[in-house]
Amino acid sequence: MNVLEADGAALLKAITKLLSAKGVLTEAEIAQQRSAVDNAPPGQGARMVARAWTDADYRAQLLSDGSSAAEAMNIPMRGMPPLGVLENTDEVHHLVVCTLCSCYPKAILGYPPYWYKSAAYRARAVRDPRGLLAEFGTILPPQVKLRVVDSTADYRWMVLPRRPDGTQDWSIERLAAIVRPGDMVGVTIPTTE
Amino acid sequence: MSSSEEPAHHDLGGAPRFMCEAVDVRPHELTDFDRDVDALRSVLSAKKVMSVDELRRGIEAIPEAEYHRLSYYERWMRSIADNMIRRGVVTEGELQAEVSRP
Amino acid sequence: MRFSVGDEVSVRNDWPEKRGPAHIRTPHYVRGRKGRVVKELGAFPNPEDLAFARPADPRQLYHVTFPMRGLWPDPASNDEVLVELYEHWLEAP
Repeated sequence: MNVLEADGAALLKAITKLLSAKGVLTEAEIAQQRSAVDNAPPGQGARMVARAWTDADYRAQLLSDGSSAAEAMNIPMRGMPPLGVLENTDEVHHLVVCTLCSCYPKAILGYPPYWYKSAAYRARAVRDPRGLLAEFGTILPPQVKLRVVDSTADYRWMVLPRRPDGTQDWSIERLAAIVRPGDMVGVTIPTTE
Repeated sequence: MSSSEEPAHHDLGGAPRFMCEAVDVRPHELTDFDRDVDALRSVLSAKKVMSVDELRRGIEAIPEAEYHRLSYYERWMRSIADNMIRRGVVTEGELQAEVSRP
Repeated sequence: MRFSVGDEVSVRNDWPEKRGPAHIRTPHYVRGRKGRVVKELGAFPNPEDLAFARPADPRQLYHVTFPMRGLWPDPASNDEVLVELYEHWLEAP
């Protein structure tokens, strides 16, 4: 039998042990990395969006250089792929997918959700995007152009959603609280309800 | 279609077999295995022992039936093991012996 | 060949994965199709070499938009797909 067909847990255990024995890495390094991801503050992307909604200079920075805008919020981006940010407007709505694998702006949004990695999402987003959005409860007006972003290469993409109406007086913290990861992928739209 | 050619099985955009499949939008908790594989990949990448491109290549090399049967992080784990052998970091024999150890 | 924002481009109708082990980042559904460059994204090492741990030359990466109508035999829509593509996959239409 091909050893690669072994059970995933057995491969993980064996590779970790062999790489430790050879001095390539230590189990402590893996644990430390896991803990860094698990303990990353939630809502980092939401705070970037809320700041962009209330600060025109930050919004311009976010749209021209997402990585530097993330670093400005103390999100570590060193060694991470560059972050691109696409703005939703009255006329265009963006939806992010990776049809070839499952590229996701993990540095900002954390682990990708299950649906993002599913074959159905990857297959349908570029061919039946409005039908797909309906399954997330999102109905776009027909006059809004939908631009599906297939994240195929070196960037990781996130969406800057539209600020909901009726939030003019809201604080930045209150705004950040209504922004969900799906809003920054484009499957949902922030709402005040 | 854009071409008469049949796309590779990971090249899923518009794939007819999934066009009528509903997306499972429910949250799924990650397991300890998932988190450990994710961390292992990050450490190997930071140490320049395996690039994201090599990870992707290894995932695409998984035969189609296995590709769809395995979970996301199981594909990653198989690709990582494949790449460690390809790069000569471990040998196939060493890995086989370690996996068979009770 | 270098392209600029606004240029019409054609994606090469090439299928290297049919010729042997290959790793490519050009989705099947845009090959042989015409699109338009909307942004220059900078230069990155060629992933087709990186994937095999080979030395990789930098390649220009472009954001190219395609009308969804024309990609699929489905009813026409005014929606678009935006794809990152490397220079060596693009040619003048």
